[in-house]
Amino acid sequence: MSARRTLATARRVLTQLRSDHRTIALLLVVPCVLLTLFKYVYASSPGVFDRAGLPMLGVFPLVTMFLVTSIAMVRERTTGTLERLLTTPLAKLDLLVGYALAFGLLALVQAGLVSAVALGLLGLDIRAGVGVVLVVAVANALLGMALGLLLSAFAQNEFQAVQFLPAGILPQVLLCGLLTPRDRMASWLTAVSDVLPMSYSVDALVQASRSAAVTSTLVTDVGIVLGCMVAALALGAVTLRRRTG
Amino acid sequence: MADIAVEVHGLVVDRGGRRVLHGLDFTVTAGSVTGLVGPSGGGKTTLMRCLVGVQRIVAGEVTVLGQPAGTAALRARVGYVTQAPSVYGDLSVRDNARYFAAVAGVPTSRIDPVLHRVGLARDAGALVSRLSGGQQSRASLACALLGEPDLLVLDEPTVGLDPVLRRDLWVLFAELAADGTTLLVSSHVMEEAGRCERLLLLRDGRLVADDTPAAIRSRTGTGDLDEAFLRLVESAVPETSASEREVSAT
Repeated sequence: MSARRTLATARRVLTQLRSDHRTIALLLVVPCVLLTLFKYVYASSPGVFDRAGLPMLGVFPLVTMFLVTSIAMVRERTTGTLERLLTTPLAKLDLLVGYALAFGLLALVQAGLVSAVALGLLGLDIRAGVGVVLVVAVANALLGMALGLLLSAFAQNEFQAVQFLPAGILPQVLLCGLLTPRDRMASWLTAVSDVLPMSYSVDALVQASRSAAVTSTLVTDVGIVLGCMVAALALGAVTLRRRTG
Repeated sequence: MADIAVEVHGLVVDRGGRRVLHGLDFTVTAGSVTGLVGPSGGGKTTLMRCLVGVQRIVAGEVTVLGQPAGTAALRARVGYVTQAPSVYGDLSVRDNARYFAAVAGVPTSRIDPVLHRVGLARDAGALVSRLSGGQQSRASLACALLGEPDLLVLDEPTVGLDPVLRRDLWVLFAELAADGTTLLVSSHVMEEAGRCERLLLLRDGRLVADDTPAAIRSRTGTGDLDEAFLRLVESAVPETSASEREVSAT
């Protein structure tokens, strides 16, 4: 692995994104608009926004980075750039870490903007402070990136990659505790949600919304999210085979 | 005796449950331009993939620059340009070159001379997706040249180019070879094949000719390489079916 190649990859991914102003605008503006909508949809019962507003901040980076990465990787595979890269001195880790750096940075900007809107305009109460929220958001973005990378190996084109969102991510949104606290779901659903990584992304932010201190549960949650990311990246690396049939 | 850049022995490859290469044997001399010609679907791309080490093989040995193909140390010394331009359409030519220079571990000062060499100096700032097919394939070629590889494997690099650009590229290939680079270039255009020092004619996964263009012309009794190509392809009978025919004739 080489720092120069990793940084060059991150820079290349960001340059690609930068040339696409519309995607950047969508990535940054849509979460803010959705969060605002969420607040006013529940205007009659403000407790809902206070309870679920912050956890939603964790869902955005996960979903958007999942989509962006899976499409980007499907493109790398179908246009032959991935095969080309695998014939060069670039290490697989250079590629994966380069992607992680680029999308991690993007997630930081996204989460910063959404947090600013949530705190400044929508009056969301974050006990744990913005720093904790940003850390969790970036961890979620990296998890989304790693899952997108892994699932892109099973998509032959962009259409299939997009369909992995309702298939792989939306069930997690339903079960992660955002809609109903996980301990109030049927026991078998709780069991399923226990093994889904997004449950821990959302739980980390639930912790952050309740307590000013960094609780051990929060640290465990973030650890699990990052562990799932590493596992997904490792599995994704296995799908980046240099030699194929 | 000249150095050998590529040595292939008994190379057998299956793709999708079908045998694509049936035991190839050949060598490529260092610092030469070798043409890989033959009908579509004959295994040209598969053979090139074997040399750059991305193709799983069933049997045989592929030695490139003295090492087994695909060895990590070879990745800095072998350049591969696929048939479809494998560069990023949403980056400019220069940004593509900058990335592939970093990947190859070479200084960015090489970018301008290389873009000039492939005739893209004026389009350096343009997004690759906005360029013509021929410009895109030259951008792809430029990215492979940055690393100054010892072996360049080029899959149909002149498709979609006008005659002037085609000639310029062949001049470039000859210059590279004169500097010591070994080139293996696949092509459908026989007039181009005449510019190679040696030709490998691949048909249905078997080599039906491995000779100089002059020798192929005289062997087929025609001065026209197009005609020679047709005669070789149509007369060549796979070894197994030839023996089967003998058996059934007796």
